[in-house]
Amino acid sequence: METVTSIKPLLAVLVSLAVTPILVSSRSPNVREAWTFVAAAAKFAIVISMLPVILTGTEIVYTVAEFLPGAAIRFRVDALGMLFAIVSSSLWIVTSAYSIGYMRGLNEHSQTRYFCFFALALSATIGVAFSANLLTLYLFYEMLSFATYPLVTHHQDQEARRSGRKYLFYIVGTSIGLVLPAMVIAYNLSGTLEFSSHGFLTGAGSKPLMSLLLILFIFGFAKAAIMPLHAWLPAAMVAPTPVSALLHAVAVVKVGVFSVVRVLTGVFGIDLLHSLNLGPFIALVASVTILMGSFIALSQNELKRLLAFSTIAQLSYIVLGVGLLSPKGITGGLIHIAMHAFGKITLFFCAGAIFVATGKKNISEMVGIGRRMPITMTAFFVASLSIIGMPPCGGFLSKWYLALGSLEAHQMPILLVLLLSSFLNAAYFMPIVYRAFFCGPQESMFESGVKEAPAFCVVPLVITAAVSIVLLFIPQPFYRLATMMVLKITGA
Amino acid sequence: MSQHYPVLLVTVPLLSAFLISISGWLNKRLCFPIAVAALASASFFSAGLLSKVIHKNVVLYRLGGWAPPWGIAYRVDYLNGLVLVVVSLVALINLISTYRSVEREFSEKLGAFYTLYVLFVTGLLGITVTGDAFNLYVLLEIASLTGYGLIAMGEEDRAPLASLNYVYMGTIGACFYLLGIGYLYIVTGSLNMADISAILPSLYQSRAVLSAFIICMVGVWLKMAFFPLHAWLPNAYTFAPSAASSLIAPLMTKVMVYVMLRLMLTVFTPDFVFSAIDINRSIVWLAVIAISMGAILALTARNLKKMLTYIIVAEVGYMVGGAWLGNRAGMTGAILHLVNDALMTLCVFLVVGNIVYRMKGHSFEDLRGLFRKMPFTMGAFAIGALSIIGVPPTCGFFSKWYLLWGGIQAGHYAFVAALLFSSLVNVVLFFRIFEIGYYESPTEAHGGGHSQGSIEEAPLSMLVPLYLVAVGLVVVGLYTGAIVNNVIRLAVPPGIV
Repeated sequence: METVTSIKPLLAVLVSLAVTPILVSSRSPNVREAWTFVAAAAKFAIVISMLPVILTGTEIVYTVAEFLPGAAIRFRVDALGMLFAIVSSSLWIVTSAYSIGYMRGLNEHSQTRYFCFFALALSATIGVAFSANLLTLYLFYEMLSFATYPLVTHHQDQEARRSGRKYLFYIVGTSIGLVLPAMVIAYNLSGTLEFSSHGFLTGAGSKPLMSLLLILFIFGFAKAAIMPLHAWLPAAMVAPTPVSALLHAVAVVKVGVFSVVRVLTGVFGIDLLHSLNLGPFIALVASVTILMGSFIALSQNELKRLLAFSTIAQLSYIVLGVGLLSPKGITGGLIHIAMHAFGKITLFFCAGAIFVATGKKNISEMVGIGRRMPITMTAFFVASLSIIGMPPCGGFLSKWYLALGSLEAHQMPILLVLLLSSFLNAAYFMPIVYRAFFCGPQESMFESGVKEAPAFCVVPLVITAAVSIVLLFIPQPFYRLATMMVLKITGA
Repeated sequence: MSQHYPVLLVTVPLLSAFLISISGWLNKRLCFPIAVAALASASFFSAGLLSKVIHKNVVLYRLGGWAPPWGIAYRVDYLNGLVLVVVSLVALINLISTYRSVEREFSEKLGAFYTLYVLFVTGLLGITVTGDAFNLYVLLEIASLTGYGLIAMGEEDRAPLASLNYVYMGTIGACFYLLGIGYLYIVTGSLNMADISAILPSLYQSRAVLSAFIICMVGVWLKMAFFPLHAWLPNAYTFAPSAASSLIAPLMTKVMVYVMLRLMLTVFTPDFVFSAIDINRSIVWLAVIAISMGAILALTARNLKKMLTYIIVAEVGYMVGGAWLGNRAGMTGAILHLVNDALMTLCVFLVVGNIVYRMKGHSFEDLRGLFRKMPFTMGAFAIGALSIIGVPPTCGFFSKWYLLWGGIQAGHYAFVAALLFSSLVNVVLFFRIFEIGYYESPTEAHGGGHSQGSIEEAPLSMLVPLYLVAVGLVVVGLYTGAIVNNVIRLAVPPGIV
């Protein structure tokens, strides 16, 4: 594997960190938000500028500090990290615009704090994406946990306090209680923490020990919300909606899944999981989460909670894809990172737009909302198609590959899980859309006339919904990056 | 000149203490500058000594030109070179940071306070630099007696009582150490550490040597508040004036850990400690209890300062346990944690000093709405808290890493579990504080955070040193590799693998 040294990954991480002093000190909200955009754009530009190099198969490496042999603070940009970084940095720009509309629309307090910690959280996310080893990944994973706490608890009331506790209990409790010891054990076994394309644990220990480590890692990264460690995610929905949108549909949860994928591919390696026959276990855990999450989502009345359970289920698609241990399945899982991100962020934006425009949170109060907010609800429809996995949306592509992967791995039950899950997704999304548009004038809960949320809210959700459609026809660069990664880790 | 650094390190602060005492009568305003000058030069000397050790070799100094083992020898190697730098820097930063609060609390007793302060640091520096077991005792008494005095100066009524309690326990501890050294003197006829170490191997089977070792250890453990010998510490540190507690809390226990390491590594070699006598696993079990109990007791505290003192009790368990694991990773972790914990403790106690300066108290009720009132102080507190929890890239993570690694290598899983347990308890402890500061507003017990209080930050002279330390926690964390490779790796004897 060819590598080049460049400071760009570090810059991509630090650029949002660097603006926080400006955000704190600026007195005018307009100046503050302008700087947020500058940082978001700069971050995206730096990430994209590395793409051509990555697409040629070269990796970019930068070491910040080495504290133990084999355990440095080091960045390494590869195809998988690039995929995730593009998704999260591009969506930050969109979310920043949305945040302005949402936060000003609701006249929220402490907006400066909000934008600062948002910027910090994004630094941490890109840091996770570009981590070269477990130590660096852990560092940014923890940084993200603590940077998002003030965002989740933004309202500073008793409910936020309870949810904040739950959030920390699950997220930090597992990262210190499970991941940290697993990491030290792995280091003790192999003398390194550096991700490699075929893992570094091959031949390092017995099957029971490897299984224990696997369990510690999979459940330790509780941001992936694999059941039974998922309860923080619905609780965290007390956060303002832009936070739920970016962090709890894209950054935080995807960081969790990304960490699990990294550990499965870079620490254990596909070959080792094959030889120890651990794939079915991973697939089982993921399948249970997929089905349970969807079933619970069916019974939710609060829209954001429904989306939260839907997210829990969808995240496990990615884990499932890798757990299939077949090239097509892994490809499907990896592109699902991107497909789900664009779809789910649209849905969250819609939920927030509805809240800003009407103050409604519950699905039962949204009968007829489609006539009041046609643009928003059309976007909602498109995005829910993507999550269900139907054309013309990008979600179809990832589910198609996952299905192919389950055939390739001769796992017929998984195929059934996928089909059942799609059916369940349709069962909880379609009634919302149906009742939004198709109802008599007397049934409608809203006065006639179109009244959308502010433009800052609507434009972002239209963009992300449009991208969801475009991704089916032009799934680049995500598809290309995913296949590059699969080629690297399966060695085919 | 530079060959005299070891002795100047002790004599300059010692003589300055007398000067401060005199100027306390003549012109009070001179006390502070003299103290700063004394500790700044001590920092300069210790930094010079450490760089000399790194670039050349161990520094030996014969006091008055008398050859050891008859004369007193000062000896600086990798281990105490590092500790010297930490002690002198922590003392200096704390001195500058607490200038305002000392001036307010002790306007009449400035001379007394700064005399005790500088004498205390003299004692600690002397303990660290000396290569003579008896001389160590003398300096230990200097540090202890001045420490009792500093604590008794606390404004609260219970301060003298807490100090008296400390006097009893501390004196017993020092006596144990002296008794142990007495045994050693009877057997070997020497008080010089290197000399004793050379004579001892033929006597490893002697009961007297074993008794000497255990008695010394108990004495040192008492002084460092190793559970269950910790009872004096929480009250003493809680009721001490904030300028004194942020000096004593980071340093006293750490220097005593250093003394323990010195006894284990130099006076009684690792051969004796880990091979000739078979107690090290049991001692790690004691450390497990210390860590767990420290964490649990901290949960019961309803007062920020008290809570932090129990955390110190747990942290002492980290270091004792790490040192007694008997492998290189554990020993490295213990030494690294000694450095890190001094800085972390300084950071959080400086925060307490700032809070006391503004809020006139340190109970949980005084912390309400503090994120709005003192955002910068609380920001530094968050960094210190993350370091104590052990979140990278703060330094606390890296020493915990070595300790965990050592525990796993030694197969001592209870120690690993205790470390993780204490980290998780620390999350609870600190986020409880954050919650009070974040959700509760000062006027009402349970209100929303929407009230707009005004910012009442501590003065800049307190904030700047605080941020120096807070940023230092991250910088030291990032430079862990350099510190371990250039200093600690060489401080751990090659016999420990």
